Amino acid sequence: MTSHENSTMNGKALNILFVEDNPDHAELVMRSFQDHRVANTIHHLTDGEAALDYLLRRNAYRDPQRSPRPHVVLLDLRLPKVDGLEVLRVIRSSEGLEKIPVVILTTSHADLDVGKAYEYHANSYLVKPLDFEKFTKLMDDLGFYWLGWNHYPWPGADS
Amino acid sequence: MSIAQRTGPERSSPRFEILLVEDNPDHAELVKRSFEDHPLESTIHHLSDGEAALDYLLRSGAEAEAGAVPRPHMILLDLRLPKVDGLDVLREIRKTRNFDEIPVIVLTTSSAEPDVKKAYQSHANSYLVKPNDFQQFDELIKALGTYWLGWNHDQGRAMSRAGT
Repeated sequence: MTSHENSTMNGKALNILFVEDNPDHAELVMRSFQDHRVANTIHHLTDGEAALDYLLRRNAYRDPQRSPRPHVVLLDLRLPKVDGLEVLRVIRSSEGLEKIPVVILTTSHADLDVGKAYEYHANSYLVKPLDFEKFTKLMDDLGFYWLGWNHYPWPGADS
Repeated sequence: MSIAQRTGPERSSPRFEILLVEDNPDHAELVKRSFEDHPLESTIHHLSDGEAALDYLLRSGAEAEAGAVPRPHMILLDLRLPKVDGLDVLREIRKTRNFDEIPVIVLTTSSAEPDVKKAYQSHANSYLVKPNDFQQFDELIKALGTYWLGWNHDQGRAMSRAGT
């Protein structure tokens, strides 16, 4: 092990695709992610169709400059237009996207949702706590883990 | 080699079961030590090769049978392992219906891009590179314990089997 190896990801800016239609939840998440020292880029979209447009680079996101490939996707399940589970299914069946870590962040803890999410190989499934303090703590831990420690299939931010 | 090395006091109440597959005894020791003073209590079953890991998982699927072992809540998996490689262990786990919700976290010294890509291709939940620095190593283990045991959800099957 070399001494810099552990921090290769820690020091690099990451692209995060964040799909969430609830403005209050989005606000909480954005605020907590901005607290991290590394200048990560967060792309916040509010429906599943926009998420697919972004990921598949079509319609408004045809220009790769506007749709840099995310290192990690933070995905709500109940979304307008296209459901979160469908977005996940498309990610897992699209070449070039299939390895992207996807973290589900939802209010649903229904077995059916959890089961489907793992069937489509969600990397992690998180239930939003109702309690504000707990929500904040979850976001801190989530940011620390996924933005600080986890390694991604491609190193730097690219397009 | 014993099949399961238990750390911490024996308790009858549910606690988290962790399967640690790691052939480097020093790294295994560091992981165990970090979990010992983690607020979430856990029992670590340490195995040092891929074949033993697959045997263990097979027996954790056979609930009521003799020699059954607890189903792990989380698997920490090294990549370079004797007998059966870590990636092959991972692929076997993901092929098994009963294990598809168990988080498998790759914990390795390799940050080589092909390793990371293959791990995600084989549906590792997360890929972590062991820090060189002891304190950072400890921080990483603490963070992964808090995240996967404290926050991550599955269908509750794992918890209901704790302590069997």
